[in-house]
Amino acid sequence: MEAAAQEKIISVINQKFEGEIVEAGMLNDFFTLILKKEKIVDIIDRLYHHPDTKFQYLTTLFAVHYPDQNQLAVVYQLHNLETNQRIRLKIFLPIGDPSVQTLTTVFSAANWMERETYDFFGVIFKGHPNLKRILNVEDMLIFPMRKEYPLEDQTREDKNDLMFGR
Amino acid sequence: METITEKIKVGEKPEGFEGTGFFATRLDKVVGLARKNSIWPLPFATSCCGIEFMATMGAHYDLARFGSERLSFSPRQADLLMVMGTIAKKMGPVLRQVYEQMAEPRWVLSVGACASSGGIFDTYSVLQGIDRIIPVDVYVPGCPPRPEQIIDGVMKIQYLVENESLRRRDSQEYKTMLNKYGIE
Repeated sequence: MEAAAQEKIISVINQKFEGEIVEAGMLNDFFTLILKKEKIVDIIDRLYHHPDTKFQYLTTLFAVHYPDQNQLAVVYQLHNLETNQRIRLKIFLPIGDPSVQTLTTVFSAANWMERETYDFFGVIFKGHPNLKRILNVEDMLIFPMRKEYPLEDQTREDKNDLMFGR
Repeated sequence: METITEKIKVGEKPEGFEGTGFFATRLDKVVGLARKNSIWPLPFATSCCGIEFMATMGAHYDLARFGSERLSFSPRQADLLMVMGTIAKKMGPVLRQVYEQMAEPRWVLSVGACASSGGIFDTYSVLQGIDRIIPVDVYVPGCPPRPEQIIDGVMKIQYLVENESLRRRDSQEYKTMLNKYGIE
């Protein structure tokens, strides 16, 4: 994305939400904004409605676990279908209290994406109409994509040291 | 057109006494012979092993030669549950319900590595072998197994069907085995 287009997006946010942008720049070939978590939904709402941005399509919403920093990042990717521009918005939540306002008030499509993010990472989306597990079994106790939980099924008996010498 | 000269093979008759107009043998032998050659399978196909099963049912390999041409898509009328493919933990209760709805006598064939042991999917979301929730009679190895192997598995099921005692399903051992899986 050209520098002028980047500046325009940043100024649209700064006009109303001064100081919310922590970091902005190209990450590989993707314009990425790191934001403070408190007003993320209002910022996305402004990017949706402002005539200069019109990010009216939510491509995806997901989380990333950074175990070294004890943080969970929630990542939103938006698409402006008129100018074919894409941006990525990233917020960081502490692992002890990973909660953020729901995006379903702006994008209905966020409903299942937030359920999936809750299912795998345990991010609590406040105000979500139906925040429960969507893909995993309902009685699962863990959030399997967090790195402290092992990938393998712990009940499997045939992969022991006796047979594989591990 | 080539004419077929080979005679049709029929099932071998069981041992017994034979004379003019009568044949006396054991009832369980007759029942076994009849059941063996009329197994109705219920295909529970969730992934690539199911594709191999489609080849097995097709004209080239033709499972119909073994009396199993009639697939039953209702568990209530099926004799043999063929589980082919990865069973996720979320699918487990569904598979179990299908098994519970089948009438006795019922047999289970586990086709492929995933159904038998979880296979390569050693992960939190996949059931590590269907024998954790339902009893299995025959396992077919392979990833996926070739149609010949599936046929071999069906023939092993046929052997079990033919030689099973008619009272096995009423025995205490059988009930204990089912109770071990939590099935009434």
